[in-house]
Amino acid sequence: MPLTPVITAHWDEADSFTLDGYRRHGGYSALSKAFEMGPDAVIAAVKDSGLRGRGGAGFPTGLKWSFVPQNDGKPHYLVVNADESEPGACKDIPIMLANPHALIEGIIVASYAIRADHAFVYIRGEVPHVIRRVHAAVRQAHEAGYLGDNILGSGFNLNLVVHAGAGAYICGEETALLDSLEGRRGQPRLKPPFPAVAGLYACPTVVNNVETIANVPYIVNNGVDWFRSFGTDKSPGFKVFAVSGHVQRPGIYEAPLGTPMSELLDYAGGIREGHTLKFWLPGGSSVPMLTPEHIDLPMTYEAMAEAGSMMGTGTPMLYDDTTSVVRAVTGWLDFYKHESCGKCTPCREGNWFIHDLVHRFDTGRGERQQLKILDDVCGQIMGRSFCALGDAAATPFPAAMKYFADEFEAGTTTPSSQAFDPAASTVFNEVRA
Amino acid sequence: MTVSDPDSSEMTVPEGHVAFSIDGVSMTAEKGTLIIRAAEQLGIEIPRFCDHPLLDPVAACRMCLIEIEGQPKPQPACAIPVADNMIVRTQRTSKVADEAQRGVMEFLLLNHPLDCPICDKGGECPLQNQAMTAGRSETRFEGPKRTFPKPINISAQILLDRERCVSCARCTRFADEIAGDAFIDLLERGAQQQVGISQDTPFDSYFAGNTVQICPVGALTNARYRFRARPFDLVSVPTICEHCASGCAMRTDVRRGEVQRRLAGDDPEVNEEWNCDKGRFGFTYLTEDRITHPMVRDEVGRLVPASWPEALGIAADALAAAAGSAAVLVGGRLTAEDAQAYSTFARTVLKTDDVDFRARPSSDEEAAFLTSTIAGTFGPTYSDLDVAPAVVLVAFEPEEESPIVFLRLRKAVTKGSTKVFAVAPWASPGLSKLDATVLAAGPGQEIAAMSGSEELMQALSQPGAVLMVGERAATSQGLLSWLAATAAQTGAHLAWVPRRAGERGALDAGLLPGAAPAMWNGETGVGFAGVIERLVAAAQPQEALVPVADEAVADELQQETADVDEEPEPPYRALLVAGFDPMDVPDGAALVAGFEQVPCVVALGTHHNDATRAADVVFPVAAVTEKAGSFTDWEGRRRPFPQVFRESLILTDASVLSAISDEMLLEPQDEPIALGAMAQSRPAAPRLSPAEPARLAPGEAVLATWHQLLDDGSMQAGEPYMAATARPPVVRVSPANASDLGISDGDPVTVTGDIGSLTLPALVTDMPSGIVWVPMNSGTNVVSALGVASGDTVRVSVGRVS
Repeated sequence: MPLTPVITAHWDEADSFTLDGYRRHGGYSALSKAFEMGPDAVIAAVKDSGLRGRGGAGFPTGLKWSFVPQNDGKPHYLVVNADESEPGACKDIPIMLANPHALIEGIIVASYAIRADHAFVYIRGEVPHVIRRVHAAVRQAHEAGYLGDNILGSGFNLNLVVHAGAGAYICGEETALLDSLEGRRGQPRLKPPFPAVAGLYACPTVVNNVETIANVPYIVNNGVDWFRSFGTDKSPGFKVFAVSGHVQRPGIYEAPLGTPMSELLDYAGGIREGHTLKFWLPGGSSVPMLTPEHIDLPMTYEAMAEAGSMMGTGTPMLYDDTTSVVRAVTGWLDFYKHESCGKCTPCREGNWFIHDLVHRFDTGRGERQQLKILDDVCGQIMGRSFCALGDAAATPFPAAMKYFADEFEAGTTTPSSQAFDPAASTVFNEVRA
Repeated sequence: MTVSDPDSSEMTVPEGHVAFSIDGVSMTAEKGTLIIRAAEQLGIEIPRFCDHPLLDPVAACRMCLIEIEGQPKPQPACAIPVADNMIVRTQRTSKVADEAQRGVMEFLLLNHPLDCPICDKGGECPLQNQAMTAGRSETRFEGPKRTFPKPINISAQILLDRERCVSCARCTRFADEIAGDAFIDLLERGAQQQVGISQDTPFDSYFAGNTVQICPVGALTNARYRFRARPFDLVSVPTICEHCASGCAMRTDVRRGEVQRRLAGDDPEVNEEWNCDKGRFGFTYLTEDRITHPMVRDEVGRLVPASWPEALGIAADALAAAAGSAAVLVGGRLTAEDAQAYSTFARTVLKTDDVDFRARPSSDEEAAFLTSTIAGTFGPTYSDLDVAPAVVLVAFEPEEESPIVFLRLRKAVTKGSTKVFAVAPWASPGLSKLDATVLAAGPGQEIAAMSGSEELMQALSQPGAVLMVGERAATSQGLLSWLAATAAQTGAHLAWVPRRAGERGALDAGLLPGAAPAMWNGETGVGFAGVIERLVAAAQPQEALVPVADEAVADELQQETADVDEEPEPPYRALLVAGFDPMDVPDGAALVAGFEQVPCVVALGTHHNDATRAADVVFPVAAVTEKAGSFTDWEGRRRPFPQVFRESLILTDASVLSAISDEMLLEPQDEPIALGAMAQSRPAAPRLSPAEPARLAPGEAVLATWHQLLDDGSMQAGEPYMAATARPPVVRVSPANASDLGISDGDPVTVTGDIGSLTLPALVTDMPSGIVWVPMNSGTNVVSALGVASGDTVRVSVGRVS
């Protein structure tokens, strides 16, 4: 399947991130269309388009919007989750850097649809350059009359607030994000009530991913049929795939959903010279790993699920034969232990437990029966934690064991650094060679 | 709840209920019932840590995971309400639930120090207990546990062991949701998550002790009980708190004849499951400096220990000779039974109506108000507060003066739709936590403030509205008259909330002048103030009292006096005093000095004070732990309690009075003072007009004052940890007065009353000008040291008085 640059279409232009650069290619023309359609028709269009959330869970976007109760007398809010912190995920940040106005236009349309007059973008605090760029774009949009009162004479008002996070992975969880946005310590909230009913400041709130919202102006402009002409029935549209790892040309490749990994890998120039693919993850460290045998599967929500993995953020990470699976898993578990918010027992304590165990195997001190314990403990976390962070933490080990049990068994005698030279899997090593 | 045979297909579902099954038992429950509560109704205990029936669910500990048919994952029973046709399987019938719970228990013990042998909670620890049912016998975790320095003080009283904490957040939720004192919160993340305070802001909540009680592990302990006993060595007795008129149910735990600790009891009608720190920790006074022997005056006038027969004989002789010329003054801390005994003794043996229980600033108007409007009534109640559309607080600061009333009001405000109005000089922290609308008024300004507020008068007219008035209203002339009339006019329920636990019982026992049927031929007697007046008058030289100009008349008078007797008739032939400290009584020093004028003063008490030291006969009496009895709380609810130390031989006040009567060889008519009879002929409510507002000279202000919950009260003696959590005393000055006098926060300001002064740091507070506020007994007792009460005029000056 060919690449289908839509959101990324003009990223090679020097001013793609400016208002002029965006407008040169029809930017902000979806606004008047949406205002003409009316809010309910916008929701219906997004529903019909089959757009699914690009943040990881893949929930149908239009359906989410339709959950917002109308005429309830309460303020409504749109919150854009730009707290992209998933290991391996790097798509929202490039979108905000190169095409922030698509996000802003999408925000205006989405807010109009759900009758919100306040919207927020919650950007992870570690990327000040992105925060500055979105700030600048919001300022430009304001000055151009796309934000503020009576946008384009439609009578619709919208204020957009850019908020910087303070460095917690958990704040990418939508309810923790809302707590954090309200000025509290970010921890997930008990659901129900769901944000659509009682979200930000206990008012109906839609929380959407950056890429999801950036899709919206293109759907409004080009129509449902156009959008559905990409991808599959259950996974319509295109996707900003961010391919990373041991590939020749890591980067952003926008292609229809359903494009197989093998094709994306071709676009990325294949695996590093002289090496072969060992395993890969379709979308971030929180989804189960797959092997070369899965590489021709279409990248769709349903196909990935069938293969025992998940689409996740749609940012494939590929690892070649220099990689120690044990070391990779250990790294991820270091991350989850560090990022567990502490609210629920399975995630807080379970991460402490599996972190301890997996390090034993990484350093060659594991004991065979501890593999069983690790598996047990992951099972004690999976499905029992308060939010998906625990599930994510319990994912890497069982998936790795499924395909690479022998490497963990070797961890009873041999440190991963002996079995696989860490330097061999680094980029600088290649440069040095 | 309805439980039916699982085989029967038909089950009636009442309106507003849902039908479901737990472990195969079909049942119905009210809509909204949480699964964990529904299971409890069936007698199925689902293990839990973060769940607490009085706190909002968080589903954080995950211990209560159960299986719901149709759900892919186990679900927390503490957070999910039952629904129609829901099929729930707990750990008893579901492998999924059982494994989930066992998994969580393994996790909980991972970083727990397992130091049960040295932990205060050991033996009564939910973690320990549930580890027995859902835990592994051997750990699979061999790594290093997370450690913290421990314990750390989060207040002078409360200690935190972060290693033992299971992050259930019960304490932080209690502080936030129930007490409104969010001084503690969870900090950091992951396994480093811990309870903490912000820098320099300790957990000085009046309700902090509750967090220790609801902590499901030994993470929170208190300095008072730490390492004092093991739960299995304690004997627990259900008791009632003696500190204030809230009437809290408590549990008193004793060992080796000493109280080791006190816990809040569970009484949904009254204190739910909470109490305040004063009730919880204020028990060391029970054992400190007690009067242990009867005492009498020896030949040189020293008070010396005596045998019971000797002391009883002296008291009986003196009191027998005093019938018709005696007064009975008791404090507000007697049990209802003891109060009844004094009332009976006064009326039937001593034949006097000069009785009073109000060892504090009071007034005749108050006596008339209490007799006419409050005595013998029941309600409004705590439950009425829950549903009241509006509650108006007058001369009453619930957080300081009746903390469980405060908690119930806060519940009504946060969970219900109650609106609180307060007529107070300034918006105290307690009133802020009640989100109260404050009508700013100092003492004497209340009526104007209330009658001027249409919103408030309308609120009072709503059905179910409650008007709560505190004991301080006594010193605001006309206020109680106006409130009684307004309550009658608007239909608002009127509640009188005294501070001391025994006042309401004493009132119901008729220990006020005119509050019992006259069974002697006399007029209505006098109370504390009247008795003191008589004693003071008697101490004045006669000449000074009766200036005689005419010599002939003077001669005649002299002749008369000579005719009668050499000794003038004393103001009273005997006084019976009990259970109060003269420090708290206006002109208390004059009262004690006036003992000189009385042939015999008989004192009963647990502790020495100026009154017992000046008395002629002193009897020790039982403290609350040494007797059974009852207090009557502010609602009028009788709160009986058993004797904690059943081996104690110390006599109660009633028993001592009985022994004295026996010694008098009288047959006291022991029929109780029939309040029913009084109720039929209930006197009319007082109708006093307000006094003219005080004219303030420059540098003068009207004193507003009340007791802080934790202060120098004698029943808080010997508890330094609790004392250290008291609110620091300040002088509150209005912004206008502060700018006139050039006062800023922290400046020493001196408030001078009739006989003395106190100096405290200033805190400029938003309140009407012309008012100055000080705590009543925090460092300085305003009544005894300054000689003033709420509403009196005082002088305010900057700096210290040398």
